Amino acid sequence: MLNIDNLECVRGDRQLFSGLSFALDEGSLLHVHGANGSGKTTLLRAVAGLVLPENGEIRWDGKSTRKLDENFNRELIYLGHHYGLKFELTGYENLRIFAQLSGFDISERKVEAALKAMGLARCFELPVKVLSQGQKKRVSLARLLLQRSKLWILDEPFVALDVAGVSMLLDMIKEHVADGGMVILTTHQEVDVEVGKLQHLHLGEH
Amino acid sequence: MFAALKCIILRDLTLAMRHRSDVLTTVFFFVIVVSLFPLGVGPETDLLRSMAAGVVWVSALLASMLSLSRLFADDYNDGTLEQLLLVPQSLALMVFGKVLAHWIISGLPLVLMAPLLGLQFGLGGDALLMLVVTLLLGTPVLSLVGSIGAALTLGLRGGGVLVSLLVLPLYIPVLIFGAGGVEASVSGMGAEGHLSLLAAILILALLLAPLASAAALRISVE
Repeated sequence: MLNIDNLECVRGDRQLFSGLSFALDEGSLLHVHGANGSGKTTLLRAVAGLVLPENGEIRWDGKSTRKLDENFNRELIYLGHHYGLKFELTGYENLRIFAQLSGFDISERKVEAALKAMGLARCFELPVKVLSQGQKKRVSLARLLLQRSKLWILDEPFVALDVAGVSMLLDMIKEHVADGGMVILTTHQEVDVEVGKLQHLHLGEH
Repeated sequence: MFAALKCIILRDLTLAMRHRSDVLTTVFFFVIVVSLFPLGVGPETDLLRSMAAGVVWVSALLASMLSLSRLFADDYNDGTLEQLLLVPQSLALMVFGKVLAHWIISGLPLVLMAPLLGLQFGLGGDALLMLVVTLLLGTPVLSLVGSIGAALTLGLRGGGVLVSLLVLPLYIPVLIFGAGGVEASVSGMGAEGHLSLLAAILILALLLAPLASAAALRISVE
């Protein structure tokens, strides 16, 4: 269970939000809304631990994520605006490195299966730099299938995906939430994310 | 833990192998700068021999500066650095792995080239050996200390110049004891003192630099 207490984030001299509190249970999805510059990305990065909040606390199962540090990292996947892939390496190599750094070794077959599930069966041996934007996005999303993390933090995950890709990602999110996972996401696209216990958070309106 | 360390080192080495020109730039820069001195100063053996250690060492400092800006910048730009911050491993360990890979790519070739270049300056066998040993102890310090500068200037405009201003003053002790060791050996005095001090600096840098760089990276990524 994720608890956000009285969170305040500041970017430069500007206060993005303050007094923000919410709780996220197992099997629920938080959809963060807000105009450009309202602090959606900053909120997501603060929850992931990449941005130090000005005030407030983020707790995972009752313990501060700052103190949990590496143990909290084990529980989460953060996919931001960047793909987070090395373009000179193949999709397989990229995914394998992530797995090894996360502390588990995965077989070639498993990575292959994940890439196939993402519709990338033919791009197995290609360096990521020759893939299209949508395909790159699919490679980075393949991590969601490989790493069994409880909390997914997805910043604009539908960008660059085609219709089939969007519905596939939606299915993945639904399945994850149904399995008791948690998802925090932002999107500007008209995507129907009606799953599990759905919560909405509107930034920049108070 | 060691699996993750091995993984990050292999990753950076693989990336370097796919970008071979980057690696070769550093080595060629080193070779050319060192080779310019005999051409500019003239073929006086005594003069060349007395300045050899200093020239090779200063060139090594400059060559290692050249590759520093790439240590974290590529990872920062494509978002893999923030993913590295989020893996369930100690960030200092990840930094240590990256610095070690950086040294293998940009420091070790300099150590291996140095005896060949030392010959141009008429250095004898003992002095050449001492040159290699001091570089072997000193170049890892350059990578380690440099990583702090590279992490601090990440994402800043003109970071390349700034990193030189930050890091070059910190290189001075390494330069003094490195070049001093070779000179002591040329003039027949023992160089044990210089080597001990270099080794001490190396151990200190090994302990502290990854921690400092990790802290700097957290600030830069934010």
